[in-house]
This record gives sequence, C-alpha cells and structure tokens, in this order.
Amino acid sequence: MEGLLSLAVKAIFVENMALAFFLGMCTFLAVSKKISTAIGLGISVTLVQAITVPANNLILNYLLAPGALAWAGFPDVDLTFLGLISYIGVIAAIVQILEMVLDKYFPPLYNALGIFLPLITVNCAILGGSLFMVERDYSFPEASVYGVASGLGWALAITAMAGVREKLKYSDIPEGLQGLGITFITAGLMAMAFMSFSGVKL
Amino acid sequence: MAQTYRKMLVDPMVDNNPITLQVLGVCSALAVTSSLQVAAVMALAVTLVTGFSSMFISAIRSQIPGSIRIIVQMIIIASLVIVVDQVLKAYAYEVSKTLSVFVGLIITNCIVMGRAEAFAMKNPPIASFIDGVGNGMGYGLILLLVGFFRELFGSGSLFGITILPTVNNGGWYVPNGLLLLPPSAFFVIGLLIWGFRTWKPEQVEEREYRIQTVEAH
Repeated sequence: MEGLLSLAVKAIFVENMALAFFLGMCTFLAVSKKISTAIGLGISVTLVQAITVPANNLILNYLLAPGALAWAGFPDVDLTFLGLISYIGVIAAIVQILEMVLDKYFPPLYNALGIFLPLITVNCAILGGSLFMVERDYSFPEASVYGVASGLGWALAITAMAGVREKLKYSDIPEGLQGLGITFITAGLMAMAFMSFSGVKL
Repeated sequence: MAQTYRKMLVDPMVDNNPITLQVLGVCSALAVTSSLQVAAVMALAVTLVTGFSSMFISAIRSQIPGSIRIIVQMIIIASLVIVVDQVLKAYAYEVSKTLSVFVGLIITNCIVMGRAEAFAMKNPPIASFIDGVGNGMGYGLILLLVGFFRELFGSGSLFGITILPTVNNGGWYVPNGLLLLPPSAFFVIGLLIWGFRTWKPEQVEEREYRIQTVEAH
C-alpha cells in the first residue's frame, strides 16, 4: 500500500510526464493558452491514461510476454516485438470507444472534452506511460496507480503552464521571443522548479 | 522538377522548420539531446521513418478510406518504428538503452503523422518521400544543434571525444552541470528560436496585446 502511494507521488511530482520526460510536449505547448481548455485537456488525458496503462499491462502479461500464451497452448511463443503496434492500437481503440460512450451516456462531458479526445491518440504522454510501464515491469495494481498519477501530473503541469501564459500575454517580450520562444523558457523554469521535488521519499 | 525537389528538401530546414516554426515533435527533441551521439541516432531514425512512412502512405493513398485513415497511418508508422527499434537493439544496443522509450515514441512524433496527413495523402510517392526526408532532416538539424551545445558545455566533449578538458580530469574547463539536466533543453531551444527569428524576422509571431506608445501633444 505504501509502495503504491509513493509510486503515485513520484509519478505526479518527481517524474512529471511533461516537465521531467517532456512527453506530450506538442499539445502542452499548443493548447496551454487558456486555463479552461488546459483543464479540459488535462482531465481527458488523466481519464485515457487511467484506462490505457492497465489495459496495456493486461495485453502485455496475457498475450505478448514470453510464455504468456501458455493458456492457449503456446508456451514458447514470445511476441514482445509486437508491443509497440499493439499498444498504439489499444490506445486508438480505447480513445474511440471512450468517445462513443461519452457521446451516448454523458453528453455534457462529451461536449466539453469532445475536441480533445481525437488529439489524445497521438499524445506521446499516453504511449509514453504505457512504454514506461513495460520498461519498469509494473504489476497490475502498480500500473493502475501509475496511469492515474502520471495523468494527474501532466494535468497539473499544463494547468500551471496555462496560468503563467495567461498573465504572460500582457508583458513586454522581445520581438523574436514572442510566442513560442518565451513559452519554452517558461517551461524550462517550471521544470527547474519541479526538479526540487526530486529526493522526496515517502 | 529537380528544382522543386530540392526546394522541398531544403525548405523544412530553415524556412519552415518543424520544431521552431510548426511546433511538431518537440518531446523527443528535448529528451535525447544530452549527448550528440544519441541525438544523431535519433535524428537518423526519425528521418528514415518519416521518409518511408510518407512514401508508403502516399503509395496507397487512394485505397485508404477517409474514416479510418488515422489508424491505417498509425499501423504503417508503427511497423516501421518496430523495424528501427529491432535494428537498434541488434546493432547499437547501448544507444538503444539510452534512448529507452523514445524510440517507441517516434510513433506519436507529430512530425511523422503531420507529414503523412498534410502532404503524403495528396501527393505522389517520390515527392512524399523527399518531403518526409526534408522534414526529418529539419528536425535532425535542431536536434544536433541542441545536442552540440549541451554536450560541449555540459561535459566538455563532442561525440564522446574531449574538446574542453574538464577540471576533474586535470584540465581547465569547469563543466556547466545544468546543461545535462532536463530543463536546460527548454532554454537552449527557446534561445535557438530567438536566434532563428532574429535572422528571419518574418517568422516572428504577432503579439496579442501591444503596449501603447504615448504620443506627445
């Protein structure tokens, strides 16, 4: 239990998806102009991440890992080289299903998140979460916690970034740094601030 | 025709660079640039994947139904990335360990998808291949530039060969440890963008609010 809690804290703060591993940067820089849209995107990423990481964990352990197909009578088959293509397929499918489910049963939520969902398939934070799960050999409970926590960390970072950028647009920035340049430097300063979390142990 | 091919190859390097202007594929640009060797491998991998995926997608573009095109593109890109991944694991295991998940993340690199969607779906295979390679090289150029600064000033070497002998090894250069840490990549790219836009002022973004100058009466 304590292990899971410290995993969650680590995934949110110390190993923040956006600021320590630079995952999901394209959307992080492009959709962080307003706090409200940033929160919407943050929630969608957390939701998708919370479903896809455990789902990919099951795929890995019951279909792809060496000896995982023993239940089907193929104990010597190792399909791990198909990993990348299966994970991205699972992510694309889950995003599509989530879109349909939200559209049918939670229309207000669908209207709020609708435009972001298709974007999420190609958000590297999602695939990155699954790949880190594979690389670090998480068990199913760990993968579930990691999915939620890493999504939350990403949401926190993009919301903070949007807050800074909303204030920033009134400031007098040199011509060449206008827009993208100053956004990068702001993100760098935020990443330095987040680095002070490293060393926090629970 | 040769002229346009050349233009397509050179254009994405400076005038329409995927990273500094189109804001595509930034994720990996930041993470893999702490040493020049890793940056070079990554640049090569992305260039190959972008070029070939554009070519294959363009070759079957009239057979792909519009509603499932994203999935079809994903499958083609993912297959190519698996090939790259396996080749790296076989022949450059050390580098592939350092790159860790970032090889897999070429799949979701927006440059690859972006070129497939914006260019390869409308143009013939050879043109798409050249466009893909050009964009991959534009990306690689920034990667190598950032890697150059980070490795030279962060650890005093280039491609692992010592250029500035560091104090620890009895030399004179005190390495700047910040440049090996993640945040420095943001600063280096931010400053590079500043440099690019001072050189090419037409890339400067319009500001949303302007400070009014008070006119004397």
